[in-house]
Amino acid sequence: MPKAPYSRALVIMPAWNEAQTVGNTVRETLAMEQQYDVLVVDDGSTDGTAAEAEAAGATVLRLPFNLGVGGAMRAGFKYAARTGYDAVVQVDADGQHDPRDIERVLRGLENADISIGARFAERGEYRVSGPRKWAMQFLAGVISALARTRLTDVTSGFRAANTRAIAQYLDHYPAEYLGDTIDSLVVAIKSGCRVVQVPVEMRVRQGGTPSHNPTKAAIYLGRSVFALLFALTRRKSGPVHLMGA
Amino acid sequence: METIAAFVLAIIIVAVILDLLRRKKIREKYAALWLIVGAATVVLGAFPQLLAIAAETVGVEVPSNLLFALGILFVLGVLLHLSVEISSVEDETRALAEEVAILRAQLEALAPERALPSDKGAAGTLAAPAKNRVPDHGSAVPEHGSPGGKGASAAHPPQKQKHP
Repeated sequence: MPKAPYSRALVIMPAWNEAQTVGNTVRETLAMEQQYDVLVVDDGSTDGTAAEAEAAGATVLRLPFNLGVGGAMRAGFKYAARTGYDAVVQVDADGQHDPRDIERVLRGLENADISIGARFAERGEYRVSGPRKWAMQFLAGVISALARTRLTDVTSGFRAANTRAIAQYLDHYPAEYLGDTIDSLVVAIKSGCRVVQVPVEMRVRQGGTPSHNPTKAAIYLGRSVFALLFALTRRKSGPVHLMGA
Repeated sequence: METIAAFVLAIIIVAVILDLLRRKKIREKYAALWLIVGAATVVLGAFPQLLAIAAETVGVEVPSNLLFALGILFVLGVLLHLSVEISSVEDETRALAEEVAILRAQLEALAPERALPSDKGAAGTLAAPAKNRVPDHGSAVPEHGSPGGKGASAAHPPQKQKHP
């Protein structure tokens, strides 16, 4: 294997009331032969998420109240920058992301600043339909054009970032719904970060309930377009200061 | 009669604002806006014919409409101002939450044996006296008869649901 594009990688799992699944996901990730450090950001959970994660061997950041996925990730990026990691990868605490794909996503950083684990690209069984699918295709089209590379799954939360992208995220990483995937990506691209996608498989949820109904899908469509339009008009991050925000 | 009522009301508004300001219940930057309005109301209350003159000058047929339009504009401005202020306060709060979480993790890494009770939020920790602290399930040794654990968790505030 060629040398990895980083020296210390941190796996960040934002978790909100995921006590059922977070322990297993952490153990599974720690069991990988690459020996990742795992940081669980407990986003103001009211169940035993933090305790489960800690018992499983992860470092835990306990946010005093719920900030949303974006807020949790931002806290994670700040931690990574402060403690000197030069690559982070975001993984869902509910086990939908296969820890065996972490290395694949991190390897995407060899020729980019941000690497997205995409759920539709050739591999895996993950399918969506209706307005949600149109929204995803539309977003993928616009953002691919911006990034000058083909991206098919821009709302995937399974993504890695190198120091340059982390520094940019610390300047702009929105906490609002969908902002954490679309808005952050668009501003990162505008600020000069290079993006690639690598195909990954999605697994079925290991616990919890999925959100699937037409009204939610329509709202998803509306909000994603809204998030995109705003992101396009945002100003880019200035010269990105590396580390230590 | 109405003239006097309007004048007195305006005076009361200004007095209330000045009192709030004196007792530091309101910051100067917000009070300034209200004082300007208060002063304008006092002037209008004292000389109602001013409104008629102003309405004629800008070409509004019914003087009271001018008053309403100005009032609505002002309220809009204040609301916008408050939204901006709230957004920046939210940003600051989030940054503080990040700092607290990181510092806490670093503290626990340094001195695990003195770790704070883990699965309760900050509110629960503050509300519960040391004796009633809830041990982590599984990890900590139960303290000699600590029945207060349930009270601490019940005191935990309800969470806003922000995740998709």
